Amino acid sequence: MENQEVLPTVETAKKLGLLPEEFDKIKVILGRTPNFTELSIFSVMWSEHCSYKNSIVWLKTLPKDSPRMLAKAGEENAGVVDLGDGIGCAFKIESHNHPSALEPYQGAATGVGGINRDIFTMGARPIAQLNSLRFGNLDNPRTKWLVKGVVKGIGDYGNAFGIPTVGGEVYFDECYNINPLVNAFSAGILKAGKIASAISYGVGNPVFIVGSATGKDGIGGASFASEDISSKSSEKLPAVQVGDPFQEKLLLEASLEIIDADCVIGIQDMGAAGIICSTSEMSAKGEHGMEIDLSKVPTRQPNMKPFEILLSESQERMLIVVEKGKEHIAKKIFDKWDLNCEQIGVVTDSKRLRFYQDGELVADVPADDLVLGGGAPVYHREYREPAYFQEFKKFKIDSIADVSDKEEIKSVAKHLLSHPNIASKKWIAQQYDSTIGRANRNTNAPSDAAVVQVHGSEKSIVITVDCNSRYVNADPEEGCAIAVAEAARNITCAGGEPVAITNCLNFGNPYVPEVYWQFVGAIKGMKKSCEAFGTPVTGGNVSFYNQSSDEGPVFPTPTIGMLGLMEKPDNMMTLDFKEDGDLIYLIGENKNDINSSEYLYSYRKTKGSPAPYFDIEAEKSVQETVKNLILGKAIQSAHDISDGGLFVTLAESSMNRQLGFSIKSDVSLRQDAFLFGEAQSRVVVSVSGTQQETFEKIMSEANAPAKFLGKVTKENFVIDSETIMTCGSAIELYEGTLPSYLA
Amino acid sequence: MKFIAEIDVMPQKEILDPQGKAVKLGLHNLGIDAIDNVRIGRHITLEIDADSKALAGEQVEIACRKLLANLIMEEFSYEIKEA
Amino acid sequence: MKFGVVVFPGSNCDDDTVGVLQAMDQDVIKLWHKDTDLQGCDFIILPGGFSYGDYLRSGAIARFSPIMEKVIEHANNGGYLLGICNGFQVLVEAGLLPGVLLRNDFQKFVSKNIYLKTISNNALLTNGLDLNKAYKIPVAHADGRYFADAKTVQELINNDQILFKYCDKNGDISDETNLNGSIENIAGICNANRNVFGMMPHPERAADPMLGNIDGLEILQQIVGEILV
Repeated sequence: MENQEVLPTVETAKKLGLLPEEFDKIKVILGRTPNFTELSIFSVMWSEHCSYKNSIVWLKTLPKDSPRMLAKAGEENAGVVDLGDGIGCAFKIESHNHPSALEPYQGAATGVGGINRDIFTMGARPIAQLNSLRFGNLDNPRTKWLVKGVVKGIGDYGNAFGIPTVGGEVYFDECYNINPLVNAFSAGILKAGKIASAISYGVGNPVFIVGSATGKDGIGGASFASEDISSKSSEKLPAVQVGDPFQEKLLLEASLEIIDADCVIGIQDMGAAGIICSTSEMSAKGEHGMEIDLSKVPTRQPNMKPFEILLSESQERMLIVVEKGKEHIAKKIFDKWDLNCEQIGVVTDSKRLRFYQDGELVADVPADDLVLGGGAPVYHREYREPAYFQEFKKFKIDSIADVSDKEEIKSVAKHLLSHPNIASKKWIAQQYDSTIGRANRNTNAPSDAAVVQVHGSEKSIVITVDCNSRYVNADPEEGCAIAVAEAARNITCAGGEPVAITNCLNFGNPYVPEVYWQFVGAIKGMKKSCEAFGTPVTGGNVSFYNQSSDEGPVFPTPTIGMLGLMEKPDNMMTLDFKEDGDLIYLIGENKNDINSSEYLYSYRKTKGSPAPYFDIEAEKSVQETVKNLILGKAIQSAHDISDGGLFVTLAESSMNRQLGFSIKSDVSLRQDAFLFGEAQSRVVVSVSGTQQETFEKIMSEANAPAKFLGKVTKENFVIDSETIMTCGSAIELYEGTLPSYLA
Repeated sequence: MKFIAEIDVMPQKEILDPQGKAVKLGLHNLGIDAIDNVRIGRHITLEIDADSKALAGEQVEIACRKLLANLIMEEFSYEIKEA
Repeated sequence: MKFGVVVFPGSNCDDDTVGVLQAMDQDVIKLWHKDTDLQGCDFIILPGGFSYGDYLRSGAIARFSPIMEKVIEHANNGGYLLGICNGFQVLVEAGLLPGVLLRNDFQKFVSKNIYLKTISNNALLTNGLDLNKAYKIPVAHADGRYFADAKTVQELINNDQILFKYCDKNGDISDETNLNGSIENIAGICNANRNVFGMMPHPERAADPMLGNIDGLEILQQIVGEILV
């Protein structure tokens, strides 16, 4: 190789984010000092984003097997589960936090683009999207700017791409003031035998780059470091990547068409670390090498340097290895869709990646040493219990006065229904196309998890994203176990069977032992809960460094995206009360517990308390019971108790049909715990007169208790014969809150 | 005095302009093949009260930087003339 | 009756439209925007979506697709043509329907169920619809505010070309029930020859009992019912 340039030193390596020992390791791998292009290759491939070097040790402890797995965690771009009848579902969640903090519109838009490419690169057609968003205090002007930008970005991209956004969660807390979290989920359907793989093999097979041209997107870090060895680039670098949903839609159709044309060896989308990531991961997986001519890559501007082309994160691109002799098939399909399709190289048997530009070899690296599971470093990070954890545990419920009378109950009720974390998210949801695809079964029937029909079959997928990060902060292990349990509960209440999860692990700086302790705790809790519910982890992503120097880390936020399956259409259950006079029951047990509730946190302003009461066995019994009640057609509605406690659950069940409720409180409990506590494993169901007998029969054989609460009424929310509010005024608060901040 | 500002806000050169790209494709489909590098921005006109052209320019500069252009992705230029 | 659903680059309701017509046991094919042959279709549908990304103006670039020459010829010869959402936008850009579709008055995309009142039965699309019923149909658009100058609106009224208006669930039409600021609450119209129809709401998304609403199916059935008689 020609070395026309000064070879980089450990100083350059450090600027690229590599540790001195990693620089040494690279020299050992290559048997020489890397040139700058090679060093930048290692720096991105060994970054946390690509290599999971600071998290993989713990991620490997998570369960990943089940009889339904078609592609397990780490095997492909997304996990794939078998839904039966030859149908597979690929699903995944991914973060786009840091880009969204910089430019919320494009950051969120490209996040949606990225997660959908992960799905359709496997040959699956996306059918539904969710998102989990976290922002700071909504009184803050920057938060409003972020919310509006992120929502518009998700909407404009997803709406044009043409996949419905069917649900999600939005949560506000000051810990996200600087670092918002934008997690996007997508699920797609494929034929079980037709999974496209991110693999490369077969000497002489051509390698194509398709889709958008490559620009200098997302290479800021490397570019800055490159100034050590070359003159400062005169051209400005794009500070953000721009998403093009139109291009993505064309890429979707062309990709599915070529995957169906039986000429593809392997295909991978290009996201983080661009061409270098796809070439190395596909080659390592297939135990082959590649020779790539970077001069052939279509670029957006002239004279791009090798490292710029290799590392570019330009959106809406794919790398495809095609069977030799079938190049014309690929060309024809991409021509049809007016997309670039350029052969840039061939597969070799060398297991090395050799990159050329204008005939000159510019980098020569072994593929396997770049990737996770190959030569990428793996670290055991130090972790330490933070002081706050024990402090929170000291919280005693008696230190808080119970709500004194009905007037105070009214004031808490108003506070909660108009709290941005609880209030209706319609202002946001209506900016997302939720009805395209004519498969969203919640358009006219709300339920705890989104139910999306799989066309051509009787089945529906049932999906949800959940994480109460306040609980996780209070107790990472219990809090994350609760996140998984709540996801499963939501799916169960909608009539689905939990199948598997994907996770998006948003944490602060992993080099801070107290932050890493939160990460370790969350993984332990996730493991426990996933094993209990038989829902293996199929993949996801890790986002560290959600932390600012002045405000510290965000709440540990392991967002759980869960996939459930509904075999028969009429298993679907909705959350809304149906008729005046129906009986209201609680499945599960009320507890004298207000820990980490929205009531305690924002009404009583007590920020430090443990996670709410949670017993995993009781949770399983409750879910089993709810499932049997749904299958036995014994209930009219099912809605789980979460943020805001029993009162908010009853209110939410009432508002859709503008009904009311009248219940008796439990005198053995504190009023605030009964109405606003967030103890887990509780579901509110309603039962019609004709169902009562069946309901009682099923409950007599159930492992979970049922408690009669009261009745569905015409319009008032009544507790112990006193009207707390009318349904109309509740709707005003509930619907009016977000517009009052954002409109 | 009253001045008129003619402001152009354009996507920065190094940033992808999906709109320009799609319009180029449309023009090529119309058979207008010789066209390349279509980029689409916004033209804004506004009136401004100021004591001098220079002071008007200062106001316009602030307006562009603060609101009219997103400097992360866009660049702007303007011309000011007497109304 | 053979249906042809045109696929522009960026169309994304083509599969939905084809799916519903198939569920209605209709003969339906997709027509590619680069083709120049309508393959004997009697009824052409321009589906919803974001043709050419909706860049420049919604529908502006798609209007010049090769297939559109034949579609325009078909319409000018009296052939049936329906544009839904983005398809409606393409039809006004192509001059096959009067007026324009502007950005919603509240400047945002909106996706929700709305209610439609049928204003005229004097069109194939609305022939048997109940003039007293509020049809619940989903909308999903950012550029849906119908606008035309006063003279054109008067012509639409005089010629009975207004087919649908936005209303509330009781069928009342007022400023409050105007979804997006459309002039006269207009949600759908036809041309003077009554063979070209455009509407912003998506009847194809309310055509499956599984989704709990078949009001859209009722509308689409008008097309088929009339021809089969």
